[in-house]
Amino acid sequence: MTFIAKPKVAHPSLPRNALGFTRRDYEGALSTLCAGCGHDSITAAVVEASWGLDLEPQNMVKLSGIGCSSKTTAYFVSGGHGFNSVHGRMPSIAMGANAANRALTYIGVSGDGDTLSIGLGQFCHAIRRNLNMLYIIENNGVYGLTKGQFSASADVGTKAKKGETNLQPPIDPVLLAMTLGASFVARSFSGDKEQLVPLIQAGLRHRGFALIDVLSPCVTFNDHEGSTKSYAYTREHYEPAVHADFVPLEREIVANYQQGETMPLLMHDGSRIVLRKLDASYDPTDRVNAAAHIQERMKAGEYLTGLLHIEPSQNEFHEVNETPDVPLNSVSYEALCPGSKGLEKTLARYR
Amino acid sequence: MPSSPATHVNDFSIKIATVNGTGSASANSLLMKSIFRSGIPVMGKNYFPSNIQGLPTWYEIRITRDGYVARSGKVDIMVAMNAETYARDAKEVAPGGYLVYDSTWPRPALLKREDITVLGVPLARMCNENFNGVRTRILMKNICYAGVLAALLDLDLTRIRELLAETYAKKPQLVDSNMKAIQLGYDYARANFNCPLAMHVAPMDKTAGHIMIDGNTAAALGCIFAGATVGAWYPITPSTSLMDAFKVFGDRMRVDKETGRKNFAFIQAEDELSAIGMVIGAMWNGARAFTATSGPGISLMNEFLGLAYYAEVPAVIFDIQRVGPSTGMPTRTQQCDLMLAAYASHGDTRHICLYPSNPEECFYMAVQAFDLAERLQTPVMVLSDLDIGMNDWMCRDLKWDDSYQPDRGKMLSKEEVLKLEKFHRFVDKDGDGITYRTLPGVHPKAAYFTRGSGHTKFGTYTEDSAEYQEVLDRLMVKWATAKKMVPRAVIDATAGSEVGLVSIGSCDGAIHEAMDLLKRQDVAIDYMRVRAFPFSEDVERFLAAHETLFVIEQNRDAQLRSLLTLETAVDKKKLRSLLHYNGLPISSACIVEGVLAELRPQAQPQDAAHA
Repeated sequence: MTFIAKPKVAHPSLPRNALGFTRRDYEGALSTLCAGCGHDSITAAVVEASWGLDLEPQNMVKLSGIGCSSKTTAYFVSGGHGFNSVHGRMPSIAMGANAANRALTYIGVSGDGDTLSIGLGQFCHAIRRNLNMLYIIENNGVYGLTKGQFSASADVGTKAKKGETNLQPPIDPVLLAMTLGASFVARSFSGDKEQLVPLIQAGLRHRGFALIDVLSPCVTFNDHEGSTKSYAYTREHYEPAVHADFVPLEREIVANYQQGETMPLLMHDGSRIVLRKLDASYDPTDRVNAAAHIQERMKAGEYLTGLLHIEPSQNEFHEVNETPDVPLNSVSYEALCPGSKGLEKTLARYR
Repeated sequence: MPSSPATHVNDFSIKIATVNGTGSASANSLLMKSIFRSGIPVMGKNYFPSNIQGLPTWYEIRITRDGYVARSGKVDIMVAMNAETYARDAKEVAPGGYLVYDSTWPRPALLKREDITVLGVPLARMCNENFNGVRTRILMKNICYAGVLAALLDLDLTRIRELLAETYAKKPQLVDSNMKAIQLGYDYARANFNCPLAMHVAPMDKTAGHIMIDGNTAAALGCIFAGATVGAWYPITPSTSLMDAFKVFGDRMRVDKETGRKNFAFIQAEDELSAIGMVIGAMWNGARAFTATSGPGISLMNEFLGLAYYAEVPAVIFDIQRVGPSTGMPTRTQQCDLMLAAYASHGDTRHICLYPSNPEECFYMAVQAFDLAERLQTPVMVLSDLDIGMNDWMCRDLKWDDSYQPDRGKMLSKEEVLKLEKFHRFVDKDGDGITYRTLPGVHPKAAYFTRGSGHTKFGTYTEDSAEYQEVLDRLMVKWATAKKMVPRAVIDATAGSEVGLVSIGSCDGAIHEAMDLLKRQDVAIDYMRVRAFPFSEDVERFLAAHETLFVIEQNRDAQLRSLLTLETAVDKKKLRSLLHYNGLPISSACIVEGVLAELRPQAQPQDAAHA
């Protein structure tokens, strides 16, 4: 029913956040994806997370590449600018935009084709630069718009709708990001809103590159028997390792944490993530330990989920490059131009 | 008018053949600058290999009292420092010229030419006797030939010392050792040859108010003055020095004195695709951003250029053209991206291009590029080339008007947005094809969705034929507006001739000299240099007003001629191509010969450039 315009009427009793906005104010255009698509659940989680964080809609910048997942940036926060770029190149647009204005919140949505095939290079280098953005991969192991080809995240042995078996090993964005030094790496499932919403909130507040790989089944091309990215398979094989509760700065932490099971992590802005470790031996702040754990479970056919790795202290792009606190796009021209006197002085070197 | 050709004082060319990586660059720039500081116009061209060490490299210095900034096409003095290229170097010297070589190892074969004078100087022997260490000896051998030339050409040694003192301000001991090498060569030449030669220099007063600068440095300076804050790039010859210069200027002029923070972001991208993506992202978000690249980079940037065209995002791209196709000859010059840049990307796309002819224009056009990009909300490409970008050119002093303010074009402020009932990104309110844009972060009402997919004038997704076509047609209205905004052609119609030269970019210097030389043979011609794409009305008028038009350009396929036939009403038959594409900058001789061959086919061939 994508042809029906969504009425923007909010019931007066709808709950409002600190800015006086209802959840409806964080919605966007009506989705044109297939009914039951995992991506729509992720869109809903982004709406919920943004509303919960009291973000100013106009301060949110939504970026994407090409593909089903990339369409979703039109489906949330219509009050923020959106940029649907070219296939696999969203990270460079995000880098430029962020370089111009560090004060905004950047949220990129990509897919497994957009990130792990055509855009693998840009994805890797955005991580290397520790670009301050939330990067969500809506991962379904398949190309949807071109009707069901395997993507680079398809598992060995998984079957396509038409019966073909994938024989090439997958690229795992989580392990890849950890290898590249990413400072915030999470995995979740579109069907687990409880896990996903606080992860998105923590990712949005994380200073630096925050990756959330969200398993998001494709109901049309990859939800059949024999697929390892179907709803049924994912529900059966996904295993939460670390649950993250995001605690905004304003809210006092009152809960009692039991040593060894919970781990409050201070974010750079004073807010906290409280990690509830479901596996006592798992340490998400230890890259090596975490990576080993993820790989072990993967061998056993399980997707470990949650905030799998975090290092809140890493410097992001602007800190590394020593740019000013004020966004570069608002530095006054007078501060940028050396003027005729400056030019004269410079020319002395060329005489 | 040029001075009388009878004397060689301040009118000859020197070519220096060395081995890449032996430090000859400092010797050559020392020579250039000492001549320049004596008030004598001088041109320097570096013909270097795509190599770090070992391959042959040449440097050409033309002393030109008439102030010509092109190659003459002739070598009067050859300094042959590279045994590998002795044979061809000796062959290149014009009759009556000189060949200087290192006689530590005598080369009787070089003496085969009767029509030139061979001057042997035992450079290696003298340096081995006076300096220690292999590397120092190699470097000093090159400084030593500068000393030989100083004696032969009558250069002022005090000036050379003064230049060395400036270069090595922080390492004064190097001034003495370099000066020692200079003196060795100088003394040897004075003792053994009849110094100075007939072709020598004599102080003039023709370089006041001028600088020696390369186009990449000047363009980088233009970016600084235009207020660019984001530079994203991927290293590629011959554009890299533009970005290097931007960083140097940024570190010097853009660091906040109180906080120590840098008012610019300098981002080395993983490839050219990413570099242009960053530029587009940054300009979409309100910063002035640019990238510098060369042909292969433009090829890679095509997809993004189409996006920026269709989604109407400003971007500034410097294409420092080099020899193609493919990897081509990365360290040689050509004007071979004219077509590529004009229509880069799939679908119906066309881009604003600016064509600077020298470093001075690189500076001003860099600033113009940002203003045009923001006014027209589209990519602007500045097509320089290796010759302009990497060689030092004598230019008039760059000037800056302190009243300049960046033209951000139709960019709505928060207050302006609030006054609107509703903001629509692509509605043409003014009839000029240019619509209003907003920046992220302004107000929820200002938000819009940027996309490369089919969109309506309201910015929404569409697959509707009429809605799609409406936007595409409006882009052509904008293109018509652009025609009136871009720099006009430079036209010299003083000859009032039926014959006209049409050219572009770095051909300009050679053409000015060629026109003088032709005038001496009673061939007076008009000249138009196009400075931008789309072509302005004056281009159309010039083409219509001339019966025969020589289109002079540095590529094989006559790309400027193609653009002219595609985009103007000119009769194809009127256009004759004069093409030069061997990788060296075009010379005046080549133009004179080409024009005369066409206009006076019966005339005896003669040394036109040096008649």
